[in-house]
Amino acid sequence: MNERNSIIGKIDWVTILIYLALVIIGWFSIFSAKYDEMHPSIFDLSQVYGKQLIWIGSSLLIGFVILLIDAKFFNAFSLWIYFFFLASLFVVLVYGKATNGATSWIELSANVKFQPSEFAKMATALALAGYLDRLDVDMQKRKDQIIAALLVLAPMALVLLQNDTGSAIVFVSFIFVLYREGFPGTGLVMVGGVVAILLFILTLVWSQKVMYIILGSLLVLTLTYYLITKRKGIFKMLGVFAFMFVFVFSVDYAFHKVLQTHQQNRILVMLGKLDDPKGVGYNVHQSKIAIGSGGFTGKGFLQGTQTKYDFVPEQHTDFIFCTVGEEGGFLGTALVVLLYVALLVRIILLAERQRSTFSRVYGYAIAGILFVHVAINIGMTIGLVPVIGIPLPFLSYGGSSMLAFTIMLAIFVKQDANRLNIL
Amino acid sequence: MRTGNNNLTNRKLLVMGVFIAIGVIYLIRLFSLQVLDKHYKQLADNNALRFVTQYPARGKVYDRNGKLLVFNEAVYDLMVTPRQVNEAIKKDPLHPFDTVTFCHLLEIDKASFIERMNKAKNESYFKPSPFMTQVSKENFAHIAEMLYRFPGFFFQTRTVRHYPNAIAAHTLGDIGEISKNELEKDEENYYRQGDYIGKSGIEKSYEKELRGVKGLKVMMVDVHNREMGSFMEGELDKEPVAGKDLYLGLDAELQAYGEQLMVGKIGSIVAVEPSTGQILAFVTSPTYDPNLLVGRERGTHYNELKNDPMKPLINRAISGTYPPGSTFKTVVGLIAMQSGSITPATCFHCSGPGSMPIKCTHSHGSSPDFANAIMNSCNPYFYESFKTTINNPKFGNIKNGYDYWKDMTYKMGLGRKFNTDIPYERSGNIPSREYYDKMYGGQWNSVTIRSLGIGQGEVLVTPLQLCNIAALIANEGYYYPPHLIKCFGDTTAIPEVMTTKVDPGIDPKYVRTMKQGLRTVFSGPAGTARRYELKDIPQCGKTGTAQNPHGNYHSNFIAFAPYDNPKIALAVIIENGGYGATWAAPIASLMIEKYIRGYTVREDLEKRIMEGRISYKNER
Repeated sequence: MNERNSIIGKIDWVTILIYLALVIIGWFSIFSAKYDEMHPSIFDLSQVYGKQLIWIGSSLLIGFVILLIDAKFFNAFSLWIYFFFLASLFVVLVYGKATNGATSWIELSANVKFQPSEFAKMATALALAGYLDRLDVDMQKRKDQIIAALLVLAPMALVLLQNDTGSAIVFVSFIFVLYREGFPGTGLVMVGGVVAILLFILTLVWSQKVMYIILGSLLVLTLTYYLITKRKGIFKMLGVFAFMFVFVFSVDYAFHKVLQTHQQNRILVMLGKLDDPKGVGYNVHQSKIAIGSGGFTGKGFLQGTQTKYDFVPEQHTDFIFCTVGEEGGFLGTALVVLLYVALLVRIILLAERQRSTFSRVYGYAIAGILFVHVAINIGMTIGLVPVIGIPLPFLSYGGSSMLAFTIMLAIFVKQDANRLNIL
Repeated sequence: MRTGNNNLTNRKLLVMGVFIAIGVIYLIRLFSLQVLDKHYKQLADNNALRFVTQYPARGKVYDRNGKLLVFNEAVYDLMVTPRQVNEAIKKDPLHPFDTVTFCHLLEIDKASFIERMNKAKNESYFKPSPFMTQVSKENFAHIAEMLYRFPGFFFQTRTVRHYPNAIAAHTLGDIGEISKNELEKDEENYYRQGDYIGKSGIEKSYEKELRGVKGLKVMMVDVHNREMGSFMEGELDKEPVAGKDLYLGLDAELQAYGEQLMVGKIGSIVAVEPSTGQILAFVTSPTYDPNLLVGRERGTHYNELKNDPMKPLINRAISGTYPPGSTFKTVVGLIAMQSGSITPATCFHCSGPGSMPIKCTHSHGSSPDFANAIMNSCNPYFYESFKTTINNPKFGNIKNGYDYWKDMTYKMGLGRKFNTDIPYERSGNIPSREYYDKMYGGQWNSVTIRSLGIGQGEVLVTPLQLCNIAALIANEGYYYPPHLIKCFGDTTAIPEVMTTKVDPGIDPKYVRTMKQGLRTVFSGPAGTARRYELKDIPQCGKTGTAQNPHGNYHSNFIAFAPYDNPKIALAVIIENGGYGATWAAPIASLMIEKYIRGYTVREDLEKRIMEGRISYKNER
């Protein structure tokens, strides 16, 4: 059987169909969000919805080409790809163009700009997969742990230097891969992370003093418990509490000294500490009105009133979910959320059936990346997460993100289709 | 490491668990936000927002002495948001939209109602568009009272222009609803359908300054079409920025006087202040009352004016192109002297009516020098000057000589536009060397193009260009590009092009010779305008009597005064008026007197001019 025919039968059509459904929902939502009576055709290339069609078309084309490339290529060249994008992140730092406070664009010509950070996530996933795939690498060895961590931290640091906090946060998603591959302490970090986030939020909501009182009483209770039951590990427990006290103390310091005012405000608004429907809260307030007014069945395609008046800035990029919510109602938003959950679960299941470490690690990595994007973006539009400007995969307008996510997914589908050829 | 061990494989459960848990949390949140919580629906639905454009007051226009030329009057546009009309009908089917009462109120029939509604829907279903524009103050009060019964409709205030003096219609120009074409060209995306924009005159050239910046008021409106107050305490509102006032160089009295003088004649008067280039009077005749092109009757009046055989809509001062005739001898003479082809002492032979190849129409000595020739407007003298210039050996050949000559006329402001602040200017015509090459198959010489020497043939000028020649001579060698604006109401600087001196490169001593020559046209015993000499105001001028294909000669005149420190320079062209000295010269002289003295003493002359009518048989 020839290679090309066989690929059709072997690729995972469930993933492809979910992908296509999301892309089409995104395209129609962009059309509706930016609908202009003077340009009523969704194919009008002078409008963003026409341009998005070009991005979708080129993404599909490149995705198709990737399915034809030898699966081993990505493993073999993973480090090269990684260093290429690491270098391009450097270039952005030096020559980049600032948009909304972040320097994350390279201007190739007047009309062609590109955002290396979108691709750097994928490149990091490839590099990590390629590295862990090596026979001599063992997650229990200190040296290998450090190298794996550096692979993730290097691009993250560069993106942070670009002042693109949103994209940098996405790199946190690699914790899922490391956890799955047995990187020691990741389980603790995940639990610790949840505790830290809780402490962080509660400190800001209730103030430092209240937190000291609560932690203090908890400490007394725990100590009493340990002393009465004469359990071991009392010093470990004391260490944990000491750490929590220091953390609460430093949260206050970090919040006021490290974060910039607009970041502080976003967090305060999300926590409900700051009622600010005109300023920072404006986006979220309008976004919630748009989504909330959709009701159960939505207002219907092109019938949204809130989205028609440019209430929500960046309606077609970071806030595209508003259009889904207003015009599609709960049915629409639930469909999109379920499609994402299905896609993520599907990727994990596919990753687990891989024979090669490379494919499995890569699958977990992209699932993590997609998850963080979706969780932050949707969470922000419904007021559960502070406003962080990252796109909703496959739905938001934009060439770089559309291409990057498609390529990312296509590589995985190709690896999966090729899994039986691995001995 | 090849495969994960079982211990690690189980970790997929936690990862998938996190994904699913977040999905479930979000679904719950969405369900409560969209289905359980009615609060957001109320915010979005019950309080429809109304985006009321706040139109800024358009800048007023004054003349050079602060006399008001253009101001604003309020009118009211009835706006409709089609979607809100339909929503209201859907929401309350027991009280359908009362079309009959509504039509009665607006004094329109049902067909017109449907037509207007459809037009609005075609504009935009979601955003307000004009349903009926420029409702009068009286009707406005009456309709506004009843408007609560008709959801989706509201009034928007706007202003229209008013002209207290009814002069200078072409200069002031007009504003009108923006056209499709103009909308497409609007790169800033400032204008909306139904907005007004300057269409001609200074309204067009200073559109951006005059219009100001639109503001926006976002109002909450309940289902009964009542405004419930500002949305978000006015945080989204934008105050309009009023347009800038404009002071023109125009002298309203002189302009009105010029228009009176021109009644019954077709033609133009252009007067500038030589020391600044500001236009003092910009008369084109016939003219019309600018108030005609305002308000709801604008369309009707516009069509009437457009179909008038005398073409009153044309601004002849800039778009009429005329043969300059003998006034052009000033240009020919200056270039001849500057190129070193003649000196003021140079004499050329004139055999009067028997001269070849151009006969002379004036009687004077047989071998005039420059001063004599300009006073008597000797044709052979200037033909010879022109010939000697382009044949000057220093240019190598006649074609190079002609290029030099054409280049000089260009520098003097002929054959091109000034591009200051006067829209629809025309270039006139100074033919190119290529034009003659094509016309004569490359074989041409100074005899072939001899008519240029006396301002006939292919050469065409606008009255504005001709006036600029007068200013150039008045200034003894330079000019400021003629323009309408004097200054803005605030401290904004006027564009640099208008305040930049242009020096065509003619030695002031030659221009002074010319100036003296032009003085003798009034003061000399044989001067062609000696009848209009005033004892106390030393005037300078040059007559022109131009042959043209439309009948009798055009009567042309350029002039400036006083001789020593010219305050005014002007050009007058009276179509088919006959000799330059018959109409154009006395009109110019009266304008000078009026401007410098503030009144006129030659009542008989004034009466003859004002009551004089020239009969025009042909359509213009």
